[in-house]
Amino acid sequence: MTAASPRVERYSTGGRVGLVLAAALVLALLSGPFWLPSDAMRLVVQFACLLAMSQMWNLLVGYGGLVSIGQQAYIGIGGYALFVLANQLGLNPFVSVPIAGVVAALFALPTSRVVFRLSGGYFAVATWVVAEVYRLLVANISALGSGAGVSLTAMLAYDKGTRESITFWLAVVLLIVTTGGVYWLLRSPLGLALTAMRDSDIAAESQGVAVGRIKLLVYVLAAFGTGCAGALYFMNALRISPDAAFGMDWIPLLFFTVIIGGIGTIEGPIVGTLLYFTLRQVFGDYGAWYLIALGVVAIVVMIRFPRGIYGELAVRFGWRFFPIQRILREPK
Amino acid sequence: MNWLDTVIQGTLLGGLYALFAMGLAVIYGVMKQINIAHGDFIVLAAYLALGIVAATGLHPFLVIPLAIVVFGFFGYAVQRTILNRTIGGDILPPLVVTYGLSIVIENALQQTQSADPRSIKLGALETASVPLGGGLAVGVFPLVMLVTAIVVAIVLEIVFNRTRLGMAFRAVSDDREIASIMGVRDKRLFGYATAISFAVIAIAGVFMGIKFTFTPSLGPNFLLYAFEAVVIGGMGSFWGTLAGGIVLGIAQAIGFALNPGWGILAGHLVFLAVLLVRPTGIFARTA
Amino acid sequence: MSALLETRGLVAHYGDFQALFGIDADVHEGERVALIGSNGAGKSTFLTSIAGMRRSAKESIVFDGAPIGALDAADVAALGIALVPEGRRLFPSLSVEENLAMGAFNRRKGPWNLENVYSLFPALREKRRAPATSLSGGQQQMVAIGRALMANPRLLMCDEISLGLSPAVVKEVYAALGVVCSEHGVSAIVVEQDIELARTMSDRAYCFTHGFVSLSGTSTDLTREAISAAYFGV
Ligand SMILES: Nc1ncnc2c1ncn2[C@@H]1O[C@H](COP(=O)(O)OP(=O)(O)OP(=O)(O)O)[C@@H](O)[C@H]1O
Ligand SMILES: [Mg+2]
Repeated sequence: MTAASPRVERYSTGGRVGLVLAAALVLALLSGPFWLPSDAMRLVVQFACLLAMSQMWNLLVGYGGLVSIGQQAYIGIGGYALFVLANQLGLNPFVSVPIAGVVAALFALPTSRVVFRLSGGYFAVATWVVAEVYRLLVANISALGSGAGVSLTAMLAYDKGTRESITFWLAVVLLIVTTGGVYWLLRSPLGLALTAMRDSDIAAESQGVAVGRIKLLVYVLAAFGTGCAGALYFMNALRISPDAAFGMDWIPLLFFTVIIGGIGTIEGPIVGTLLYFTLRQVFGDYGAWYLIALGVVAIVVMIRFPRGIYGELAVRFGWRFFPIQRILREPK
Repeated sequence: MNWLDTVIQGTLLGGLYALFAMGLAVIYGVMKQINIAHGDFIVLAAYLALGIVAATGLHPFLVIPLAIVVFGFFGYAVQRTILNRTIGGDILPPLVVTYGLSIVIENALQQTQSADPRSIKLGALETASVPLGGGLAVGVFPLVMLVTAIVVAIVLEIVFNRTRLGMAFRAVSDDREIASIMGVRDKRLFGYATAISFAVIAIAGVFMGIKFTFTPSLGPNFLLYAFEAVVIGGMGSFWGTLAGGIVLGIAQAIGFALNPGWGILAGHLVFLAVLLVRPTGIFARTA
Repeated sequence: MSALLETRGLVAHYGDFQALFGIDADVHEGERVALIGSNGAGKSTFLTSIAGMRRSAKESIVFDGAPIGALDAADVAALGIALVPEGRRLFPSLSVEENLAMGAFNRRKGPWNLENVYSLFPALREKRRAPATSLSGGQQQMVAIGRALMANPRLLMCDEISLGLSPAVVKEVYAALGVVCSEHGVSAIVVEQDIELARTMSDRAYCFTHGFVSLSGTSTDLTREAISAAYFGV
């Protein structure tokens, strides 16, 4: 009986390799503060933050079908929430990071009421308007430093080593929570619903998937993750301003990491973020030309290789390191 | 604050925003796509006009016809070579590609024209005004912008509702596949739509360059104003878009009069309020 | 006599799913051909493939001696192939008259113009300014048929046009179709659920089953039994 029926396989060999590699990498990273120089540590924190934001944007756009170009709203809210909690309310800044994520999620609820009234391209631009509203509001509030911004004075209570180490470990936790979280989410029943929705909202709805509620959930979860990443990013920077926090530079960055890496896969944003940091280290000094090149690459990749680097490779070689699909195997 | 004066100035500013918006509405109306680089093309048109004025010494108003022709062809080429490749069901490619174009244009202008603020000089006309009595006056140039916006709305209404081209635009927008089995060549038609959009962009760009001091980085703001005016007005008619532009202009003018930091914010907030209360737009035709 | 339309080994796919498995069919000048077959047999796919709504192998569709399988839909339309699509698919933002005018977008010469369509379907004349989708189902079907006629086609393809029409109107429409074919030499392919109707209004018929032609022949020769056997697969 059982021998004759196909079985559902959820791990492939690549998947097991992926898990082992990921575990080894996490262990190596956790020991980082004991052997990494501080500018390297700062770079790793930036990397983790950008990767976390990318995973969240990928969840939103690649899986949830919600094309937002206004996620900088939650990067900024997370960042500013951290500064308010730590500087003004006197909370422990490190504990404030996840709370800042919760604040971002809380802001996402009323925001969704407005932007969810539109769909498709209109939704996208509306999310951008919302991010601009938050930027302009913050720039008009003197308690938040107005347009000039504020420094994270709460960090003065810690010596440099402690500060850097804890920030670094938080970054590793952020990596695990966001990448691992998306992985876990997609393997849960919700993942199946998201896959159904990606094929067709209407078809998914007719199969009993509560499309509206799931989209809201994804939107709020992405705001939480993005808020945490924003908080940690500006903790690492020790300073925040409306233009840096809610600015327009974040979205092209996410386009680069997610779309060039490979949208709709967990591996894609990792590849994209690694590539981005490499290019930035090498070509970052070229300023405007570098940005022009990034724009051109984004255009070309979107048109010619919409699956992105990882997506193209995975299709060609059948790779699958984070197995979220259920594979039906014929019995031998 | 003189309320009446603020509303009048806002209405005139709204004429410019309506011009921003109508180009965006053309593309959305035909292709159901949003051109994220719309504002950057407006800025590009202003630099082009500035260059022509500097090179030829022509009056800026006389540059407009030339700019319309150049930008019309440019729009057709952009659509045929780049944007047509993003057409299909998925909304992500057009957004990403036009966003990419926006980055390219902004940084290329930054690199070639520097970040210094520029403006197109209009001479005596710049300060000329018509008294309305009661201490109120309207500038001649802002009036020209508003009247132009009205004329453009009339022309677009005629093109879309009274011509064979407009009928094909609406048919393709409804059902691309069926339009094509009637013999409509959709890719070419999309090229025409973008050419029209860019012609309006050219007008908007010249006026913007006269009205504001501009830098290469203003594009995204203009995109958002255009978008807000389209949504406030409601899809379906260029009259709605014109009205949406005026509402946005008045909102910004009132915000600005209350506190210089609130002008743009007030526009955004009116947009969000409209979304919340009447997401189909204030002036949408109820079907 | 060589056929106006020939398909040779025509296949069609939707992603991984194959809907047509090598269809060989002919339609001669002035001939009315009926397509019958159960739901999902591939009748609509066959028509949309001919209309150029999806690409086929170049030589698998030959029209008037020229291979057209790889042409764009607009180029196919220019040759005089018109389709009344399944589900009508009128343009909702166009008025009745504009919908009809869209049919004539190619400006092909021929007997059909607004006046003649209005004489064929007088109900449409008074609704000419109304949005097409505000009409009753039957009237919308008339608009869809009129729109295809406006193209002055050499080959007219109709996908389930009797749907939503009253029996009297159906009779009228098929009578008109007969006149169109015999007087103007127009050929027609008609997908019709009502087998009896399909037989009486056509010269020849093809029966589709799961993407294959399971039966074909002169309509008068095909017996009800043969058709029902073919219908459910053999
Ligand atoms: N857009 C599509 N995507 C995927 N599969 C499709 C699509 N359209 C049709 N099919 C499949 O192709 C097969 C043939 O469909 P087609 O519509 O041609 O059948 P038909 O004979 O016209 O049926 P009906 O009598 O229901 O109109 C069916 O199995 C159908 O499920
Ligand atoms: Mg069918």
